[in-house]
Amino acid sequence: MVKTLALTGSEASAEAWRQINPDVAPVYPITPTTEIISKFSQYHADGKVDTEMMLVECEHSAMSAAVGAAASSARTVTATDSQGLAYMWEVIPIASGLRLPIVMQIANRALSSPGNIHCDHGDSMACRDTSWIQIFSETAQEVYEHTLLATKLAEHKDVQLPAMVMQDGFITSGNLEKVKVYNDTDVRQFIGSYNPTYSMLDLQKPHSFGALNLHDSYFESKRQQEEAMRNAKKLYLQIGKDLSKITGNKYDYFEKYRLDDAQYVIICLNATGGTTKEVIDRLRAKKKKVGLLRIKLFRPFPYDEIANALKKARAIAVLDRSESYGAYPPVFGEINNALNLLKKKPKVQSYIFGIGGRYIFEKDIENVYSELMRNKFRKEPQYIGVR
Amino acid sequence: MDFKDYARQPQKLASGQKSCSGCGFPIIIRMAMSAIDRPFVVCQGTGCVSVTTTTWPFTSWKMPTIHSAFPNLASTAAGVETAVRVMKKKGKLKKDIKVVAFGGDGGTYDIGIQALSGAIERRHNILYICYDNQAYMNTGGQRSSATPYGAATATTPHGTLHHGKELFRKDLTYIVAAHDVAYVAQASIFDFADLTRKVKRAMEVDGFAFINILSPCVLFWKIPTSDAYKISELAVKTCFWPLYEVDHGKWILNFKPEHKMQIEAFLKPQGRFKQLLELRNRHIVDGLQQRVDRKWKELLFMCEKTKEKPEKKEVKKVKKKKIVKKPVKKGVKRKPEPKIKTSKTRSKFAKLKDKLKRKRR
Amino acid sequence: MKKKKAGKKPEKVKIKKIKVKKPPQPEWKTKPIGGMIFEAGNSLKYLTGTWKTARPITNYDKCIHCLKCVVYCPENCIKAKNDKKDHTEYQYCKGCGICAQVCPVKCIKMEDEDKFQE
Repeated sequence: MVKTLALTGSEASAEAWRQINPDVAPVYPITPTTEIISKFSQYHADGKVDTEMMLVECEHSAMSAAVGAAASSARTVTATDSQGLAYMWEVIPIASGLRLPIVMQIANRALSSPGNIHCDHGDSMACRDTSWIQIFSETAQEVYEHTLLATKLAEHKDVQLPAMVMQDGFITSGNLEKVKVYNDTDVRQFIGSYNPTYSMLDLQKPHSFGALNLHDSYFESKRQQEEAMRNAKKLYLQIGKDLSKITGNKYDYFEKYRLDDAQYVIICLNATGGTTKEVIDRLRAKKKKVGLLRIKLFRPFPYDEIANALKKARAIAVLDRSESYGAYPPVFGEINNALNLLKKKPKVQSYIFGIGGRYIFEKDIENVYSELMRNKFRKEPQYIGVR
Repeated sequence: MDFKDYARQPQKLASGQKSCSGCGFPIIIRMAMSAIDRPFVVCQGTGCVSVTTTTWPFTSWKMPTIHSAFPNLASTAAGVETAVRVMKKKGKLKKDIKVVAFGGDGGTYDIGIQALSGAIERRHNILYICYDNQAYMNTGGQRSSATPYGAATATTPHGTLHHGKELFRKDLTYIVAAHDVAYVAQASIFDFADLTRKVKRAMEVDGFAFINILSPCVLFWKIPTSDAYKISELAVKTCFWPLYEVDHGKWILNFKPEHKMQIEAFLKPQGRFKQLLELRNRHIVDGLQQRVDRKWKELLFMCEKTKEKPEKKEVKKVKKKKIVKKPVKKGVKRKPEPKIKTSKTRSKFAKLKDKLKRKRR
Repeated sequence: MKKKKAGKKPEKVKIKKIKVKKPPQPEWKTKPIGGMIFEAGNSLKYLTGTWKTARPITNYDKCIHCLKCVVYCPENCIKAKNDKKDHTEYQYCKGCGICAQVCPVKCIKMEDEDKFQE
């Protein structure tokens, strides 16, 4: 039985948590992710979940408590963004290094300073090299489904890595959308119970977690993490197939919108995909061969698959909602690496937009397409919307 | 618990850990764990303990243990404790597992105090033991907020202008007690029976328990390797490290030295205080002595205040007041009063009047 | 070229022999994940006794078996049997001398480790 509800992205996250019914949720409020926490607290107060809420005193403690709980065989979730994520950062590589499948919701928000509460991807991009699985989502529906997928993927015995599920702060997290919520029992059957290989509470097999691994042993642990990431990439599709039995949706590494015969392609993350699709429909009516590739799985990154999908493209624009100061922005860098796999590399241009929540309009995206069509390429990343 | 009970027990921390020769913390951990007679897991803060007991591929712990980072020992332990509670609630765990945390002074007094305070406020059922070696010993002996006044450290060395740390140490046991915590105590390896009794009591109470234990550091206190016990004894007997406990708000003094030794006795054997013993640095020693005296008075006051004898005290106080007031009356009020004199003069006049009357008659 | 190589048969055989040996599995494939240590209390394999410069020698005639040294030994290398001091495990003893200092009857003496080296 499928229910269609009007939910914001935050509420969709909380709805996924309600169905997953995690054991422990150490959380700390921060705008705009607070909404997820508040909504879930209501479920907790109404007895709809038997989760133990840990209302800790800071994000650093939230992630630390998540590490402690996850190591003690508890299914653990948390949520944060921006400064909270930055404050957590010390413990973020510890969670992945200890191989604890914590699932974190992030409503992307710009990092200070200057202070800002609106969306850009700088916060999660700062964590891209911490061995966390990163899944970006466009709509509230996707947020909901990706949370289920991420939980299952993170806990797989060949992966055992934490995962972040991203949505655009306010843009997705605050907007009401129609969300199909699937049957509780189906979802719970899909998620299954969490039975970790190693647990702090296993007194029969006492393990030492977080030991000092010096130059003689650290490298091997990190190599294992890389292997787990490679496994995660394979298993993403497999688990996606299982989930699609419930939802009927497809779970690819990226969304292809009118891409198959497209010559001019925009690549972006999250909610900007929606705006771009509107523009594509309009340009396609004018018989312009335009398309979109919206990346969902950012870590592990699907290089081969993306290169394959862009084989026929003539010109590509990569739209980044984050900066890598003094270097090319993160998504552009990855796409460039992927395109290097092709024999005939299409032309590619980097754009930076929407930093600190600056709006992007349809005319801006139209302008990007027209620049691609006019064969206007420049070495430096171009800025959209900066005054 | 006595020495024989200790020897009879199987060891919970295996030999072969890599701490310095004569280090204080293995003694603390062994003593504390010998007093625990139920299943437990250990959380370690970053510091000498985690580095010397779990160096891949060797671990000294015979129970599950986790080490996460420097500032988050209390919150990691809180996470483990919450998981224990959830697993028990859901029927996945049948044993009653206690969570014990071992952290150094840096991770407890300084960088970890926020996590500690938060965990206490949330009333997690944890026993937190701080081994206080009074500086960041694992990184090479830099000053922490637990470093006492006048101590030389790597970042507050004795020089021509500055003489060691010029600030007083933080009294964390007081700070924890101010959280209205279930149980908080200060212990020392000097008194084995007292330390083990405190750990046993801490395991009994429902809620957060905190024990602060002085851990002599051979390397940066600059003491001979054999002196851990002796220094601990001096710390207690000079009242620098008083042994007391606060059990649900009730302050109890556990050890009152017959003769309170001067602080120099504690300073003298330690190389980190070497320069304080020079005559020109006398004022620093005096400052430290004053501080210790004040703290000791405060402690006695707190113990007296929370004693359960409210009625008798009041009666005594009233009596004392009377005794105190009497000399004041003698000194001030009676001298200017000419009442007695006037009465005498009056009587003289009365006598004269009588004489006159008699004459008239 | 192929023919020439085929002519050098004995060399090829040697190379083949080397190839037959299976390469050992890389360490990262067998190492426990997350840098965990599975074997609880395996630090017993790490003998810290080599550090010591002095060795505690107990005079068992004077010993009153109070077991204070057992409690105060940081390495737990003084062992008791039936409530009596039994022996000292020198392979872990770091020679700190705490035992000698806490002994109430002073029956433990610290002696130079050099004497005991063969």
